[in-house]
Amino acid sequence: MSESVYGLIAKFDSPEAVVEATRSAREAGYRRMEAYTPFPIEELAEILEFKPKIQYLVFLGGLIGAIGGFGLQYYASVISYPLIIGGRPFNSWPAFIIIVFEMTILVAGIVAVFGMLGLSGFPMPYHSVFNAKDFRLVSRDKFFLVIESRDPRFDAQRTRAFLESLNPEEVTEVQP
Amino acid sequence: MSATTDPAEVPVLGPGQTYATVTDRVTGVILTKKTPKGWLLGFGIAFLFMMLMLFSLTVLFAKGTGIWGLNNTVAWGFAIVNFVWWVGIGHAGTLISAILLLFRQEWRNSINRFAEAMTIFAVANAGLFPIIHTGRPWLAYWLLPYPSLLQLWPQFRSPLLWDVFAISTYVTISLLFWYMGLIPDFATLRDMADNKAVRRIYGVFALGWRGASRHWAQYNRAALLLAALATPLVVSVHSVVSFDFAVSSVPGWHTTFLPPYFVSGAIFSGFAMVMTLAIPIRKFYHMEDFITDRHLENMAKVMLATGLIVFYAYIMEVFFAWYSGNQYEKFMIYNRMTGPYAPYYWALIFFNGIMPQLLWFKKVRRNIPLLFVISLGVNVGMWLERFIIVVTSLHREYLPSTWAYYAGTFWDWSLYIGTIGFFVALLFLFLRVLPMINMFEMKELVHHLSHRGKEH
Repeated sequence: MSESVYGLIAKFDSPEAVVEATRSAREAGYRRMEAYTPFPIEELAEILEFKPKIQYLVFLGGLIGAIGGFGLQYYASVISYPLIIGGRPFNSWPAFIIIVFEMTILVAGIVAVFGMLGLSGFPMPYHSVFNAKDFRLVSRDKFFLVIESRDPRFDAQRTRAFLESLNPEEVTEVQP
Repeated sequence: MSATTDPAEVPVLGPGQTYATVTDRVTGVILTKKTPKGWLLGFGIAFLFMMLMLFSLTVLFAKGTGIWGLNNTVAWGFAIVNFVWWVGIGHAGTLISAILLLFRQEWRNSINRFAEAMTIFAVANAGLFPIIHTGRPWLAYWLLPYPSLLQLWPQFRSPLLWDVFAISTYVTISLLFWYMGLIPDFATLRDMADNKAVRRIYGVFALGWRGASRHWAQYNRAALLLAALATPLVVSVHSVVSFDFAVSSVPGWHTTFLPPYFVSGAIFSGFAMVMTLAIPIRKFYHMEDFITDRHLENMAKVMLATGLIVFYAYIMEVFFAWYSGNQYEKFMIYNRMTGPYAPYYWALIFFNGIMPQLLWFKKVRRNIPLLFVISLGVNVGMWLERFIIVVTSLHREYLPSTWAYYAGTFWDWSLYIGTIGFFVALLFLFLRVLPMINMFEMKELVHHLSHRGKEH
């Protein structure tokens, strides 16, 4: 029976309430859940024990940008078309630093944005949670907590009773 | 929190604002069928000037750069002046969105969105000028390093090429930063819109954002990293622009203090432009609760600080011309102060050096009309500064036999004024279709302020 729904959603009126509810759900043993809020609330990710990993990608992007930027200039000035200009050495690296710097920032920045989107699975045209009642208000002033039916502890009646005990405004089912 | 909360201070947010009122006020401006008459009038006028720009560009492409006032002696004229001016204006947006984010200055939240928009539109204008001043803009792609059939590469030791990289990186990163900040607000617009087509359009740009806490955590981390990357970038961009001058051996350009001088000048002019725009916009859209007098006062303080650095640079310029003992440097300053462009020079000293000193007084910083006048003056002064730097150094260089006089023609002026029209027209469009204030950051601010209220 629980297979037919995506999960149960509880609507809250304040950030404090949703943080409290998420903590309680975590303590009650639920794992497959997510809180939805109009603005970032740092405690939520901590409670869900989620750690962003984007920084490693950005570092890698910066490294690629720097090496690529230098490689491009080295290849062009030393290997592909060596040309003596103003008596400077072919590999006049001090003059190359600025482009290396700009390329580092460029690639790292692009990776920061697209990496962030990619790691979160965007673009995502469809998601079950959008079926939830009043979910449009998530980007306005309401706070939601969803416990998915995939959670091993999920049980339509008991989970509903549990969510009701957290003083939400409303608990409803989310269609898949 | 590092922000000072002196109860006597004007707050960064008007009283009685909640998550819902912030959302409704900001989206209400966009999700309405009624376009204000003032908007139509303003956009119409700006659009006319934008047409002037297109007309001027058409004539330029048909006839070549000969229609400008350039001559053999002064080969860098309005195009470079306008380029430096527009890039400089862009810097305030990045400063507000990146550097003030790193310093956790919460007051930035309401002004960062349109300051970033201003950055992108200003840099779009800035990018136009170097391309058209090459004379053959259809070959502008030669500036990019690509394995061409000509078997030639661009000159990587040249500051002009550094500029290509700096500006294109700056445009890309500013655009990405802006878009990233808009994603959650696009989601709000998607959710608030009643019209199906409107909802779909904003929905596409929102990419399916649904405010999940894991996504927020990833998002915040990425925003912080991007800010940390954009901060050195913004300093590098105007430094590289200054290298275009400093690396050459022209009197008045060949100095080591040019990079910091240019960067502070850029921030100075950028904040002046934010002020020039913020004052009428907040009045027109009744956003005084979001862009409070506190914001204007803080911006005035930044203007005062950067203005002092700029004024110091003006004095050092004179000092080094004398201290160098170089007759060409000495003549350059003498010519600047007493030559044919002397009125421009003294006007810029007045607008950038003298008038901003009024900002020392709190009464002036709280006087909105006066702030508006000062910020306009700085905009003019900063344009004059770039004009003086470019033209006075070139027009009387080493050999008196090459001396010449330079003045902009109708086509120089029409293009310059046209780009202002383009800039303003883009801003009007932005105000109509995109949220001018970052809603989710404002809601964060509401949240933080409510917590702070409880502690007292």
